[in-house]
Amino acid sequence: MAKRKLIELAHARSGDKGDTANVGIIARKPEYYPILVREVTAERVKEHFAGVCLGKVQRYELPNLGALNFLLLESLDGGGTLSLKADPQGKTYSSALLRMEIDVDSL
Amino acid sequence: MSKVALGGAIDLHCHFGPESVIGTPHSVDALGAAADAADLGFAAVVLKSHDFPSNAVAYAVQQQVSGVRVLGSICCDYWVGGVNPTACKDAVLDAAKRQGISVSVATVAGDDIMDRLDAFLARGIELKNMDTAEPLAAVRAHVQSANVYFGAWPVVDALAKGAEIVITGRVTDTGLALAPMIHEFGWKAGDWNRLSAGTIAGHSIECGAQSTGGNCQVDWDTIPHMEDIGYPIIEAEPDGTFCLTKHAGTGGRITVASVKEQLLYEMGDPHAYITPDCVADFTTVHLDQAGPDRVRFSGIRGHAATDSYKVSISYSAGFKAIGMLVYAWPDAYKKARAADRILRQRLDRLGLRFDAVHTEFVGANACHGIASAEPSPEIEPQLAEVVLRIGVRSENRAAVERFTKELAPLALNGPPVVTGLGGGRPRVEEIVAYWPALIPKREVTPEVTVWPSGS
Repeated sequence: MAKRKLIELAHARSGDKGDTANVGIIARKPEYYPILVREVTAERVKEHFAGVCLGKVQRYELPNLGALNFLLLESLDGGGTLSLKADPQGKTYSSALLRMEIDVDSL
Repeated sequence: MSKVALGGAIDLHCHFGPESVIGTPHSVDALGAAADAADLGFAAVVLKSHDFPSNAVAYAVQQQVSGVRVLGSICCDYWVGGVNPTACKDAVLDAAKRQGISVSVATVAGDDIMDRLDAFLARGIELKNMDTAEPLAAVRAHVQSANVYFGAWPVVDALAKGAEIVITGRVTDTGLALAPMIHEFGWKAGDWNRLSAGTIAGHSIECGAQSTGGNCQVDWDTIPHMEDIGYPIIEAEPDGTFCLTKHAGTGGRITVASVKEQLLYEMGDPHAYITPDCVADFTTVHLDQAGPDRVRFSGIRGHAATDSYKVSISYSAGFKAIGMLVYAWPDAYKKARAADRILRQRLDRLGLRFDAVHTEFVGANACHGIASAEPSPEIEPQLAEVVLRIGVRSENRAAVERFTKELAPLALNGPPVVTGLGGGRPRVEEIVAYWPALIPKREVTPEVTVWPSGS
């Protein structure tokens, strides 16, 4: 097992709905999708966003797109116009998640 | 100002008095503004009023002032345009008439439920916040607007009645793409798979060029001609399949990867993407690269629409201000952190209380927070600059106002080598916050009206 940064295996896009941020990650190759499903759990994402995501993390699987969608509740200081954050819509959370290091057999 | 500097210029946004909606008086009336523009050699001036479409005033002023073209316009606010479809319709018909064009315009109204809020609350329709479950009564006194999101069907109705231009109040982005498909292909209410296909088509094109190479992480640095990026086009088939493409010769790049990114944008539960028209299932989408800059969608399925509309309510939620100071090498991050501590001690000592005080260090870890980790001990002292970005939020305007006066002294009385106050004090902003709620569909009815040319 080797440590790899998620950005080598996936690309991503993030957005917002109120105080919830969503981060969708997409496998760069079909064979990477099972690795994402195994390694990038809701628990690990919650841990990764410690101090940013104050609520729950929910994970949804989209095998048709080789993608996972995460909802990060209570992550935007109230969201929208209320938020005092430089990124009140979580637009940069996509690449924040891609910093995660995961265990991979070989690529 | 001189003729040399302003000769040939066009003032695209000239407000004039008197005006009833805005509290502060204007320095000029329409005639004065046009005369000034003519004196200074302007090519044209566009008059804008918060009270009315300004076409007629512009016409009258033009009879009095020569040497400059005087044009009318609308303001996109409640009273004149924007979410006032009737005012927009007047402006469109007026412009068409003056150019000798015959056009049939429809309006979709009925979305504005501001005047009915108290009646709803009295009948036990609580308009609870979809995120917090709090009833609207908690902020009722601060509500500024309340609009129902209609879907495709009122637009379909307008098209069926012969409208060439449809001006709506609040309608979902996806409904705007779905409506012409329903109209053209004769899709039926209850055909949930096709309605879902049209809805997903709408989602895939609703954010500028985000499906055609904009904001795309895959090979972003080789995406061609972003200065002339092509916006997405949907080529739809009656069976609910469609292709996403763009005009030949435009920049950008459409790939399965670029489209997948947009599909996941602002996504909640992908099995249940709820709109007024259907519940679309994004886990059924099948994508193929059907050619260069061309992705084909197929297999889309969905479920029956719910019995609710979403309501977009805005309310006043206090005040905020955000200030920034730029600290330069050496030890930029250390200085910015010290400045934050000093500023917070000052605010404490002044006895100011805020609902939130939020500090970020732009250049160190503002975007990614703890996920980006602290800059390493080797890198930290070498950072070229770090921006201290600090914001406060409060119901109390005076407290926020006082905060904005604390930043400039910090540049003189705090850690060294700092800049960034050229723009003056941070602005105190009133927060107009968003309150999403649901309302039973039976409570509201879209009002579709077709206005023939010349009406």
